[in-house]
Amino acid sequence: MSSVAMQIFNGISLGSVLLLVAMGLAITFGLMRVINMAHGDLIMIGAYVTYLMQVIFVQYIPEQFFDWYFILAIPVAFIIVAGIGMLLEFTVIRHLYGRPLDSLLATFGAGLILQQLIRTIFGAPNVGVQSPSFLQGSLEIFGLYLPFSRLFMIGLVIVCLGGLFIYLYRTRQGRRVRAVMQNREMATCMGISSRKVDSLTFAMGAGFAGVAGCTLTLIGPIGPTIGLNYIVDAFMVVVVGGVGALTGTVIGALGIGVFNTFFEYWTNASMGKVLIFALIIAFLQWRPSGLFSMKTRSLD
Amino acid sequence: MKKYKWGIALFSAAFILSACATGEEAADTGFGEASAGEDEQSESAEDNEEVVVDEDSIPVGLLHSLSGTMAISETSVRDAVMLAIDEINEDGGVLGKEIVPIVEDGASDEPVFSERASKLLQQDDVAAIFGTWTSASRQAVLPVVEEHNGLLFYPVQYEGMESSPNIFYNGAAPNQQIVPAVEWLFDNVGDSFFLLGSDYVFPRTANQIIQAQLDDLGGEVVREEYTPMGHTDYNTIISHIRDTDPDVIFNTLNGDSNVAFFNQLADAGITSDDVTVLSVSVAEEEIRGIGAEVLEGHLASWNYYQTTDTPENETFVSNFKEAYGEDRVTGDPIEAAYFMVYLWAQAVEEAGSTETDAVREAAAGITFDAPNGPVEIDGDNQHVYKTVRIGEVQSDGQFEEVWNSGEPVKPDPFLENYDWAEAIQ
Repeated sequence: MSSVAMQIFNGISLGSVLLLVAMGLAITFGLMRVINMAHGDLIMIGAYVTYLMQVIFVQYIPEQFFDWYFILAIPVAFIIVAGIGMLLEFTVIRHLYGRPLDSLLATFGAGLILQQLIRTIFGAPNVGVQSPSFLQGSLEIFGLYLPFSRLFMIGLVIVCLGGLFIYLYRTRQGRRVRAVMQNREMATCMGISSRKVDSLTFAMGAGFAGVAGCTLTLIGPIGPTIGLNYIVDAFMVVVVGGVGALTGTVIGALGIGVFNTFFEYWTNASMGKVLIFALIIAFLQWRPSGLFSMKTRSLD
Repeated sequence: MKKYKWGIALFSAAFILSACATGEEAADTGFGEASAGEDEQSESAEDNEEVVVDEDSIPVGLLHSLSGTMAISETSVRDAVMLAIDEINEDGGVLGKEIVPIVEDGASDEPVFSERASKLLQQDDVAAIFGTWTSASRQAVLPVVEEHNGLLFYPVQYEGMESSPNIFYNGAAPNQQIVPAVEWLFDNVGDSFFLLGSDYVFPRTANQIIQAQLDDLGGEVVREEYTPMGHTDYNTIISHIRDTDPDVIFNTLNGDSNVAFFNQLADAGITSDDVTVLSVSVAEEEIRGIGAEVLEGHLASWNYYQTTDTPENETFVSNFKEAYGEDRVTGDPIEAAYFMVYLWAQAVEEAGSTETDAVREAAAGITFDAPNGPVEIDGDNQHVYKTVRIGEVQSDGQFEEVWNSGEPVKPDPFLENYDWAEAIQ
């Protein structure tokens, strides 16, 4: 019984990782329809920002404040990666809206440039980040071991999601974003500057990739090519959830996380991956547009 | 239209910038000329004329992945080979001639490896190739060196079950790494083993060997798990570890997955006091990426550590750091790559020529005082006698040796001297 409970927790925790990774993409690909292959590399940049923060703290800040580096790294990663995203949007993607295949190639190229940039600055080998002491170890309840780092990630995902929902559905700016994404021409007719909205939205999607990169340092490796580990998962979640639907992304991530964990528990890791992909293919036959599909009156 | 041009201009500027920066980095490594040349070589064959090969020099090939996923590990090995070549040249070279390295990039891609190998042998007529890392890339080069009767010096531990007359294997065979480690763990730690590996040929063969050996010793494999390359979520595996409660985890994971596995194991509150993890693919270089604090107390089995206490190693480590920077670390494959150049050079001196058959004949029984201790080429299978060492990770990311075999162990790639290994092919 306790092992089933443990697996449910593991499933949710894998789901939260998937959701963190996919949240940025749900905006850039889901809302804006840019096939953003650089998403994985933006995550990678977020991880390196965290590493950089750690190096700065080790060198310049008294030791007793060391643990704070991680808390500070989250907003810093968001801002820096959002900045890079904005630059990317301004120089490349802006010219490619409505041309998905071109944007696929261009963002892929941009991703390679980011990888090479990091390799040049930090070198090809992986770097190590030390988890802050308050996230090491695990919480023991009823014979279950719940790692603090996983609990923290689940919490962070909830905070990020909450923030995003409030922004999109409760603010004036968010309403503009939704208007532009649903019907660009109509929105511009209403006097909304679609340029400004595009730029901000893309930056926000990139910023969430940065946050994902930052938290992934708690569980995984940090190297110039880690983006490749996550990009497929991210697209999988967004497609299963339904392009353009944030609720779908949430349910998709949790569903894939839980199913994957149980398949893996019953068989093994390689087989688990095979089964989950088989399930997704079958699911997309049944619902080609994902769990939730958005109906709009615009002609795609 | 104007905007497009602007974007393109910005992009090309970025490209040029990154290209310049790469060039600078290469120059910093201390072998500026050779490193700077290699990019051009891999782009077009004509540029090879830069490498002057005349009667007073002997060309050798360096074939490693300098790009792609394996570049992380293989560039250091390339550096070690370059260091050895430089040292030998400073001492007057081989047969009074200078060794000229010709560097090729295998690009972490097997077809590229075999194509570059035939280019080195046919076009550059190299005396020997130093290179490859993964078993897949070695096996891609194998038919090429056999066809052209060339020589390949291979620096990495591997799964055994191979012995080509055209390859010298300088890494550990299973009986110089895995078998003694299992025996030591069985005697000193416990008898229930959890086998965890990446899903490809080396871990699967290694675990077959371990299973057979444990059956013979009277130990038990409680579970065998494989994860795809690049796997990053080990929570389910950790649940299995809790369920089966093994004494030992024998870890044959390769690459990035180690970072995820060790981090999540530590987060789950499982330390080296609860269960000992012994790894065969985690060396000093990898520890820097994983973080010493989560590895502390866990074990590894190799033939060499940066802390190995020999006078040769002291010189080797200080020369390596001097050439490539204080923050660099050495490790088992790096050391093997270094001493194998010396072994080749001695065999050539002995043979009086660089001709493959003569060198192979002369190589049998050649000895050298390597940083890990004395090594000797075994004429029967072209592997190397090496000392086996088990080390424990310390908080500074270095190993402290807890056991060694006392003397170099005879290589036995087909495990012929072990009755229990009969069924393994």
